[in-house]
Amino acid sequence: MFEIGLSHYLTVAAALFAIGIFGIFVNRKNVIIILMSIELMLLAVNINLVAFSSFLNDLAGQVFAIFVLTVAAAEAAVGLAILVIYFRNRGSIAVEDINMMKG
Amino acid sequence: MIQALAFYMFAAVTIAAAVLVISSRNPVHSVLFLILAFFNSAGLFVLLGAEFLAMILVVVYVGAVAVLFMFVVMMLDINFVEMRQGFLQYLPIGALVGIILLVEILVVIGGLSFAPETATGGQIPTPGDMTNTHALGAVLYTEYLYLFEAAGMVLLVAMVGAIVLTHRRRADVRKQVIADQLARRPDETIEMKKVEPGRGI
Repeated sequence: MFEIGLSHYLTVAAALFAIGIFGIFVNRKNVIIILMSIELMLLAVNINLVAFSSFLNDLAGQVFAIFVLTVAAAEAAVGLAILVIYFRNRGSIAVEDINMMKG
Repeated sequence: MIQALAFYMFAAVTIAAAVLVISSRNPVHSVLFLILAFFNSAGLFVLLGAEFLAMILVVVYVGAVAVLFMFVVMMLDINFVEMRQGFLQYLPIGALVGIILLVEILVVIGGLSFAPETATGGQIPTPGDMTNTHALGAVLYTEYLYLFEAAGMVLLVAMVGAIVLTHRRRADVRKQVIADQLARRPDETIEMKKVEPGRGI
């Protein structure tokens, strides 16, 4: 109980990831919340990488976590830019209204 | 003991904040809870001995990404009440998928065991005699230099893309055009008049 091992961190990351997936499924109206859920999932991945890196004495995991952070920041910037021009054109950010491409 | 208590505190607050991110009514509150989740996972990183990543998480996520989210949430004029409709409609399928995923991952973690050779140090063993930041820098600028440059390129492309996407020319705003200003000649703009004394023009 008081000995914190690798599986404790992996459990936290698993819970965060599941919450992120749950958020994407539940919030069908608000794209901003979906983007935040994606950030939560990337954070869970980062916790996994750092936990393995720390417990296996391998620095490569932390280097990879830095790259994941970089890509997450870029994704947030581009995603929010797309959101802003979408709102400018349509006046709404509901997921159900994003159907111009009939996808 | 103290480490275990700190771990449980950080983990509990992180997960609670994550739940509140997706369930709070106001997106501004969601962003604030996202910041809380990031701060507490930075604490988890410190517990794991990754101080540099913890500080990067605070600087990049809290300082940049979360503030970006905050700007966008406050800039868009959204009716927050309408946003919550359909929450209950999708709750069962969302809960089903989430719980199945969580159980699957936990089953995998429960059966986790390592091959003996992985414990002896992987690709880049952590040096014991330097700080985490020092060790990461020594690896990042040598072994992973090209990947590091590529990451910078990703950020540059994202920045240019975001500017190109959101920039617009507005017809109702007079803008300074420096080229036009520099191209003006004196003979186009100045007219010499001979003014008679006491008459004016």
